[in-house]
Amino acid sequence: MKSLGSIRRDFAPWSDPDAKPYIQFDNVTKRFGDFTAVNKLSLAVFEREFFALLGASGCGKSTLLRMLAGFEEPSEGRILLDGQDLAGIPPYRRPVNMMFQSYALFPHMTVEANIAFGLKQEGMARAEIEKRVTEMLRLVKLEQFARRKPHQLSGGQRQRVALARSVAKRPKVLLLDEPLGALDKKLREETQFELMDLQQDLGLTFVVVTHDQEEAMTMADRIAILDKGEVMQVATPAEVYEAPSSRFVAGFVGNVNMFDGKLARNGKENARIAANGGAEIIVDSAGDALPGAEVSFAIRPEKIRVSSTRPTDAVNAIEGEIYDVAYLGDMTVYHVKLDDGQVIKASTLNAARIIDDPLTWNDRAWISFRPDAGVVLTR
Amino acid sequence: MNSTWSRFNIVSVVLGLSFLYLPIVILVIFSFNASKLVTVWGGFSVKWYGSLFHNQGLIDAAWVTIRVGLISASVATVLGTLGALALTRYTRFRGRMLFSGMIFAPLVMPDVITGLSLLLLFVAVNLDRGFVTVTLAHVTFTMCFVAVVVQSRLVSFDRSLEEAAMDLGAPPVKTFFQVTLPVILPAVISGWMLAFTLSLDDLVIASFTSGPGATTLPMKIYSQVRLGVTPEINAACTLLIGLVTLGVIAASVVNKRREVQRRRDEQAAQRA
Repeated sequence: MKSLGSIRRDFAPWSDPDAKPYIQFDNVTKRFGDFTAVNKLSLAVFEREFFALLGASGCGKSTLLRMLAGFEEPSEGRILLDGQDLAGIPPYRRPVNMMFQSYALFPHMTVEANIAFGLKQEGMARAEIEKRVTEMLRLVKLEQFARRKPHQLSGGQRQRVALARSVAKRPKVLLLDEPLGALDKKLREETQFELMDLQQDLGLTFVVVTHDQEEAMTMADRIAILDKGEVMQVATPAEVYEAPSSRFVAGFVGNVNMFDGKLARNGKENARIAANGGAEIIVDSAGDALPGAEVSFAIRPEKIRVSSTRPTDAVNAIEGEIYDVAYLGDMTVYHVKLDDGQVIKASTLNAARIIDDPLTWNDRAWISFRPDAGVVLTR
Repeated sequence: MNSTWSRFNIVSVVLGLSFLYLPIVILVIFSFNASKLVTVWGGFSVKWYGSLFHNQGLIDAAWVTIRVGLISASVATVLGTLGALALTRYTRFRGRMLFSGMIFAPLVMPDVITGLSLLLLFVAVNLDRGFVTVTLAHVTFTMCFVAVVVQSRLVSFDRSLEEAAMDLGAPPVKTFFQVTLPVILPAVISGWMLAFTLSLDDLVIASFTSGPGATTLPMKIYSQVRLGVTPEINAACTLLIGLVTLGVIAASVVNKRREVQRRRDEQAAQRA
């Protein structure tokens, strides 16, 4: 089998200016009465991409999915699939299939009949249907459950039936609404990788809606972060994490420490931020922000070092006191209260087997970080 | 929990049950009375059951009742289900309040008024009273019961099932027959049975809207009783009671079994 990594590594149609988007949201607005669920949103998804819509509940991500499936029509704007405007095409004529959050398995039909349902609507020959159903059952490893009814299955099995049913028709695009939401943590982690393999094997375009950032980071090629019906950032998981475009994105994905302040100097070599608490922070680059601008310096906990003395080589070092220590086994999270009162989170990988941590509650400590460890945000 | 029965409890249970069932028990006992006098016990006999089957009038009336019941319950089920669908699915059409009020008004309308108004209507449109008019009348008043039963099921119906069916390529009508109807079928069947039962024992509305040649069983029994109760009527009623009891028991046994099976399946699924 081809390794997943080698296929994934070279897949980046979004950075190719000639690549044609497969799904295109063009200035789409959706209003429900006075409430605007989606606001002038534009997005492009490419063929064979695993695309995640990530956001808190009520951010409009499910509405986007339902508009793609055809259950809702946009109030304004267009949605194109493979160049074709989807306006006015009812759900039963769209070449997309959806896996529902509740699975929506037909309770009066067996597993087999559930999977065959879509194929029957197509008017596929009986022998062909049987073949496809068997293939699907093998794919999701449910061969011996073919004759069971949905209520005779466990949650994980139901999830796999729903998946098999939605891919049985070989749709151009598979929409997944919180596909793993109802599974317990362990099963969810396993299933994430199964979904990724499946997407590669079938060569489908996946659009998945989720509120779980880890899930989105693990599975997706690119993530769109939504807030109040608008796109905050569309980027690969690594970009979203390492180079968030705004304070919202930085705070939404993962843990982050935020130093608010003013940009004191923006030079070629480096830039200097005067944090509101009094600290001076030297960074490699502050982008095109002008001196005097209100900025935030965002830095992830794992990029901060904690030590009992000031490291001699440190460009940025701030003194404080250990406020809290959380030992998690693989790593330790320190909460350091700086002298200006701000509490900073810093995590350290426990690479060595040290049982007595030299740093503990109420110790004086220094946090330090490299000038390229964080990003300067203006929005 | 205190499982011993106090004297007060025993007395109230006995009184309650006898209040409900004593008249029926007496009726059943006297249907096996050999004497022609209804209130005097003259020994055990089943001769009234025999003579029942030679009473052409009663048999005809029973036949009319069953036909009226079957037809009216079926039509009422179709109309009531459609009404329930309209009320649960289209929550914002003009005149929805009026429509739902009109569907549910017959639930509380006295039979006399329903019967009388229908009679006036049939007279006004010059429709000869008979089999057709009784059936129509029964459709009218049982339809709302079906609508109530089906609507209560539809409220808890998971709409994503229908969306899934459409998403998989089924147009709306196919979706209804292949997904919605099978899922709500138990409610539709109960609605039908309720309508059938209501039609079977309706006396008031039938009296208003029926005509010559379309006498239903309740009408027949009522008119015979006015000439004096015969043990034959007792026998007819006993048969009806037996039939209904059998139906109720069968339905609950089937239900119980399905429930047990379902629970066993669910446990098996959880173990897997």
